[in-house]
Amino acid sequence: MKELLVISGKGGTGKTTIVGAFASLAKASSLTNDTVLADCDVDAADLHLILKPSIRETKEFLGLKKAALDPTKCDNCRACVDVCRFDAITAHEESVEIEPISCEGCAVCSHICPKHAISMEDVVAGHWFVSDTPYGPLVHAKLGIAEENSGKLVMEVRREARRIAETIESRLIISDGPPGIGCPVISSMSGVDLALIVTEPTVAGVHDMERLYALACGFDIEVMVCINKYDLDYEVSAEIEEYCDARNIAVAGKVPFDEEVVKALVKGEPIISPEHTDEDSKSPAARAVEQLWDEVYRLCEQ
Amino acid sequence: MIISIASGKGGTGKTTIAINLALTLAETESVCFMDCDVEEPNAHLFLKPVLEGSAQVTVPIPIVDEEQCNRCGRCGEICAFNAILPLGNHILTFPELCHGCGGCTLLCPTGAIREEPLEIGVVEWGHAGSISHTHGRLKIGSPLAPPIVKAVKNRNQNMPEGTISIIDAPPGTSCPVVASVSDSDFCLLVTEPTPFGLHDLTLAVDMVRALQVPFGVVINRAGLGNGGLVNYCKAKNIPMLAEIPFERKYAACYAKGGRLVEEFPEMKEAFQSLWQTICATAPEGTKLP
Repeated sequence: MKELLVISGKGGTGKTTIVGAFASLAKASSLTNDTVLADCDVDAADLHLILKPSIRETKEFLGLKKAALDPTKCDNCRACVDVCRFDAITAHEESVEIEPISCEGCAVCSHICPKHAISMEDVVAGHWFVSDTPYGPLVHAKLGIAEENSGKLVMEVRREARRIAETIESRLIISDGPPGIGCPVISSMSGVDLALIVTEPTVAGVHDMERLYALACGFDIEVMVCINKYDLDYEVSAEIEEYCDARNIAVAGKVPFDEEVVKALVKGEPIISPEHTDEDSKSPAARAVEQLWDEVYRLCEQ
Repeated sequence: MIISIASGKGGTGKTTIAINLALTLAETESVCFMDCDVEEPNAHLFLKPVLEGSAQVTVPIPIVDEEQCNRCGRCGEICAFNAILPLGNHILTFPELCHGCGGCTLLCPTGAIREEPLEIGVVEWGHAGSISHTHGRLKIGSPLAPPIVKAVKNRNQNMPEGTISIIDAPPGTSCPVVASVSDSDFCLLVTEPTPFGLHDLTLAVDMVRALQVPFGVVINRAGLGNGGLVNYCKAKNIPMLAEIPFERKYAACYAKGGRLVEEFPEMKEAFQSLWQTICATAPEGTKLP
């Protein structure tokens, strides 16, 4: 079983659009068992908008416990205020107040409180879901608003995706990654076999791809690049290709800007679907993504 | 006044709106720009600031003196992040998991733990014309963005009266975004009229409401998509402050690191009018829409 992660550094380069198309193409190809899909962008998950899941299971995600004050025990000594390094505790005249959004969950205040007035309480920091889609099982999640620990939730999503893949003897997990290079990205990346970086020909796209590639180099994974909307700037696209050539990174595909992509999205469909049986019915972007898939799939099979 | 620019979904045009608004305001006002997308900072590619200084951002991580340690295991029990682990006769530490809370150091009964700074990123500052510019950069491989966001903001506390601070936030709705947007006087939520844009806007709206920051929406790439977004904003009574139409020429300008307000007169007008709309909306905005 292989894990393919689609990732970008910069947001909005087209990760989810490409994962949606891959889901459809994997379904249509000769894969013997369903591909398992995972949405690791737990902060702003969107894959479900094109895969039309019907939710089979919903699980609570417990983040780190957070500090809760029992005001009847508090004698306002403010020892907690002094030790909290996250400015989550404010001293008032009568008592102290713990601000849950700022609380990091370190529990130092609860250990230090001489009156044992602070306890650490479980917080439902989000939910994760196992769903059926026309393209195979999907594991996705919703982190609670302003919650922390997106990395831990990503780990839960991936663990479940792997468990399902083993149960149904699937050969491939395709994950839609989060933007950035921080904690949820690191959690998405560790242990995958192949990362496809989706970039765009803009100065920001190049800058962010370079930082993401540097991060990926710290993991033992195969990296390839797709230039989305490559025809919006041929010069910057050429720069990206040069960058990749110099580092022996395969440019697995170049996808043109295509308003049909937005139209498919508005309909809530992958840009390529089983209805597109003849070449003429496929949009230019769909044809390019099909070629990209052939290349990525070939590498997955190696 | 502090205005943050956030989005939920990535790639909707936060940086475009932030830098063009900053450039427009800088003609008449004192402007302080903070790029708080420390994982992937981009504003400097457009503002091209001349950097004047930098400072490391560190978190204090534990160093254990095994001579003084009596192997009681207390540090392992109290660490909520599994960053310190007594194993047999040794104490293992995992600096990349450490949040720097100081608990182990504080609570070690034999005083065997001290702290040393671990670099997790850097803050750099300078000027882009009259704009005072600061950005943060998370060190590659480090997972912890919020301390760098806080360091960027701390550097720019107590700005002179009348300064307009503009914060370019990271995408999403979790801890680095909260660190960026909290304490703002107003938040611009930039989105696009697609189902992805709408879905992630609803998350961003929940976030700014939780933070009690008044907000309005800027619709970028208007014309690419459908009417769901506008209907949502109308139904929820959310002010739509500006619309930037999708045009290939604007996309091309952005691709090269260009500035819309300098290349297209109609964009300059659009940003001037956006500012007027913010000023008209913000005071009322203290009661949430």
